[in-house]
Amino acid sequence: MFNAPMDNVNFKRKINIAWLFKMALRDSRRNRGRLLLFISSIVFGIGALVAIYSLRYNIQNDINSQAATLIGADLSISGNKEPDDKLQNLLNKLGDDRSQERSFPSMVLFTKSQNTRLVNVKALQGNFPYYGELETAPVQAGKSFKKGKYALVDKTLMLQFNAKVNDSLKVGNETFMITGVLNKAPGQTGIAAGIAPIVYIPMQYLDKTGLITTGSRINYSYYFKFNNNTNIEKLAKGLDAQLDKAGFNYDTVESKKEGTSRSFADLSRFLSLVGFIALLLGCVGVASAINIYIREKIRSIAIMRCMGVKASEAFLIYLIQITGIGLIGSVAGALLGTGIQQVLPMVLKDFLPITISAGISWLAIGQGVILGLVISILFALLPLISIRNISPLNTLRLSVDDISTARDPFRWLVYILVLLFITSFAYLQIGNWAGAAFFTIGIALAFMILTVTAWLLIRFTRLLVMSSWSYIWRQGFANLYRPNNQTIILTVSIGLSTAFICTLFLIQQLLIGQVTLSTGGNQSNMILFDIQPAQKKAVAGLTREQGLPVLSEVPIITMRLEKVNGKTAADAKKDSTLRISERAYAYEYRVTYRDSLTASEQVTGGKWEGKAKPGKEIPVSAEERFATRINAKVGDKLVFNVQGVMMQTYISSIRKVNWNKVSTNFQVVFPTGVLEDAPQIHVLLTHVPNNTVSASYQQAVVKKFPNVSIIDLGLILNVLDELLGKIGYVIKFMSGFSIITGIIVLISSVRISKYQRIQESVLLRTLGGSRKQIFAITALEYFFLGALSALTGIVIAIGSSWLLARYTFNMPYAVNFLPVAAIFFIITLLTVIIGLLNSRGVLNKPPLEILRSNS
Amino acid sequence: MENILNILNLNKTYKSAGRLLTVLDNINFGIKAGSANAIVGPSGSGKTTLLGLCAGLDSATGGTVELNGINLGSLSEDMRAQVRNQYVGFIFQNFQLLPTLTALENVMVPLELRGEKNIKARSLDLLDKVGLADRGHHYPAQLSGGEQQRVSLARAFSNSPRILFADEPTGNLDAETSEKVVKLIFDLNREAGTTLILVTHDLELAAKTQRIIKIKGGKLVADDITGNV
Repeated sequence: MFNAPMDNVNFKRKINIAWLFKMALRDSRRNRGRLLLFISSIVFGIGALVAIYSLRYNIQNDINSQAATLIGADLSISGNKEPDDKLQNLLNKLGDDRSQERSFPSMVLFTKSQNTRLVNVKALQGNFPYYGELETAPVQAGKSFKKGKYALVDKTLMLQFNAKVNDSLKVGNETFMITGVLNKAPGQTGIAAGIAPIVYIPMQYLDKTGLITTGSRINYSYYFKFNNNTNIEKLAKGLDAQLDKAGFNYDTVESKKEGTSRSFADLSRFLSLVGFIALLLGCVGVASAINIYIREKIRSIAIMRCMGVKASEAFLIYLIQITGIGLIGSVAGALLGTGIQQVLPMVLKDFLPITISAGISWLAIGQGVILGLVISILFALLPLISIRNISPLNTLRLSVDDISTARDPFRWLVYILVLLFITSFAYLQIGNWAGAAFFTIGIALAFMILTVTAWLLIRFTRLLVMSSWSYIWRQGFANLYRPNNQTIILTVSIGLSTAFICTLFLIQQLLIGQVTLSTGGNQSNMILFDIQPAQKKAVAGLTREQGLPVLSEVPIITMRLEKVNGKTAADAKKDSTLRISERAYAYEYRVTYRDSLTASEQVTGGKWEGKAKPGKEIPVSAEERFATRINAKVGDKLVFNVQGVMMQTYISSIRKVNWNKVSTNFQVVFPTGVLEDAPQIHVLLTHVPNNTVSASYQQAVVKKFPNVSIIDLGLILNVLDELLGKIGYVIKFMSGFSIITGIIVLISSVRISKYQRIQESVLLRTLGGSRKQIFAITALEYFFLGALSALTGIVIAIGSSWLLARYTFNMPYAVNFLPVAAIFFIITLLTVIIGLLNSRGVLNKPPLEILRSNS
Repeated sequence: MENILNILNLNKTYKSAGRLLTVLDNINFGIKAGSANAIVGPSGSGKTTLLGLCAGLDSATGGTVELNGINLGSLSEDMRAQVRNQYVGFIFQNFQLLPTLTALENVMVPLELRGEKNIKARSLDLLDKVGLADRGHHYPAQLSGGEQQRVSLARAFSNSPRILFADEPTGNLDAETSEKVVKLIFDLNREAGTTLILVTHDLELAAKTQRIIKIKGGKLVADDITGNV
């Protein structure tokens, strides 16, 4: 009657998906709060990424819709010299309507306040802009200024000098009436306006300003509008060779669109990477939390297995739970990100020449939710696969099996999937595989270091604890290695959080320090340029009269490169194996001559020769990067065209130049005895002690030498400071997500340890352990964990920031240990506080109550 | 009556601290279908290990376990799970109810797994039989030990098992509750015609079965018929 043949057993019972969902829901009942806490680790990471993605898509849409206003015309052609007759003929025929513009840096004088300032003068002729407009107050000024001796002045400049419409402004020798405040010009960013604010004048008065002299750095721009359906791209490509030869470039709406998108892509990539770090940190939290969650579920899983639930079904029940909770976390993150996205355009508006909208991007939300889901499942997978190995025998004897996956071949698959995911995602952000691999290796290395540190801690404490120690110390230490300890998980999550936070902090400190270093002390902070040879002595004299030092006087000669080892631009274009940049031939070089090296230079190859020998070839010194660009080495021959005169030279030395230092640095340096009689301008460097001296000195120079331009580094530094402040704010804003995630991971890691420790602490209390003793044991355990994790994290951060400083930012490395020590103490203290807060239930309630509530 | 369980030359060894530890050594016996049996022995004698092997919760190092004509040794863990779901019921010392499921849901799980019909009504009926019809919506933590064990009993019988394994079913209960639970086990067992294998060190409880198998040091040392019907 009972003898059932084997085929009576339904071995091929199908998995009932609906039941699995029901069980997943039932099983999660008393754990939802905890599961939400686990998953909250990813909320901020997803939030950061959704915000960045939304911004990216909105900006892309904005760039597309505002593309034409970026250049204000269908086609623009520009170069830094006057076009030759052939090109001029072409320019006269192009398009149906044309405008032209000369722009150059120059000093201007506000006659009422007598304030001076270096500005970007734009002399305009024609109906430009054809798309968008010069946004001015009053509105009509944008068009009417061209009708008389009027100027449009950038709003920041007006505010800076408290100038009003109808005030006078002296540009060179001419005085203009300010007819409008310039709020926005096509393609102009807030940053550019901050460094060199724009002043528009009508072109018919340009010559009268007297600013167009030898050596003046003038940019010639031509704008074209086409009425019919001309294929501008095709037309521009056809002109490319001719323009290139003449040293001119072109821009179309399409190319400008690409360029603008590209420049934003770099910023958004960097920000995405910072967001991704927050997300990865959250993943560590998810993985460690799920690991402990599953450990606590062994009994339930074993019961289910006893009742006939298959290993795959048990796995799926928890996979469904994690997916569900991951979905909730991802949606919450996406909502948070969409909220943040409303703020980001305000922060970033100065970086982009377009009006940024803040619409909801469903694509970004979709990506964020999918990413959150994938990442929560992927990082929960390692603990989840261990479910398959939980034996039903655990119902009879708990912990008969270790749930570790050390011998499960599937764990390798999970590791590979995680690595693949991190590398691919990093690739999508960085855009190159080497960078992505470097990023992934760095993360993996940090994991390994932290795991090994935790493992060593476990081994050492086991050896270290001695019976002669007091009970509290022994117990506190023993908690680090006893079964169910969380030493590895907490060390990895706390250490990784510390490493991320500390790396960001150290790099930020280094960048700020670098800027301060280059401008501190008695280094030059004011540069006078465009000084004509005849004015050289007088300008130096005026400087000394004002009690200011002449730190350096440097002659500058403009020239072009004609040949490299006999190869012309045409040869370089035809034969790419020459590896000579074509641009190197089109560039107008500003070269100096002197007999010695400066403090910011160092010869890395060949021999420095400061004096030319009559009748011999001229030895020149090439800067390292310039030499690489033209694929030249010591001894190679270069022919320069010095305003019509061909000069045969050879590279006698190669120099390394510290471009970060504020001084006059050059790609090519000639020896003395060659260029003394060539047409040249001079640059003078001085140091002004304060703003008052700076203002009176500038006024004196501008009055006497209107053609001389002055760069006040103090002013530039203010702008730079503001700019760095804004960039710093964006970075801090994004890294804030990592910090918040780190804290959440810390809270959830320590909080889940509560469930591990609770039984032991209750037992201790039941056996008569005092509140004070349990408090001390808990504090000691978390102190060791926090201190060691923070210390390891800081060591990793120092290593990674050193690598970044050396290889990415190319700057000297130094660590300010005081704030680093502060980070160490804050993290350690936070770990102890969170640990103790989580144990307060055990400390304050009667043991029986806790035992009942946790049974 | 045919045997529902046949144990042949059963061995179980574990590796412990690099040494082989023999927990069960050449155990042989058969269990008649519908009978009530007890496995007794001192702590550490191997009786729980034996129960685990008999119920297909673990695999033996050597020998054969044949349950309902099925050689468990040839099956994977997932296949053994199917066998358990169809033929086996369990009662544990620690009740082993799923803490996140209500009493009713705990009883429903084996039936749901089998994809049966009228699950709720049948489960409620079983709860009624163990006297807990009104406690179906309570979670295990809201029930007393005795009540939890009664839910466990209802769950054990929910899949109409052919064999019921009970591991120290009264080990965590007071004397009065124990008595009630034991009565329920035997009553339900009789009613359903289920084979009962009771693992206990309580000789008084064991004496209520028809047969007592004694284990000591991993070996079967006695096999007595009690004369109970």
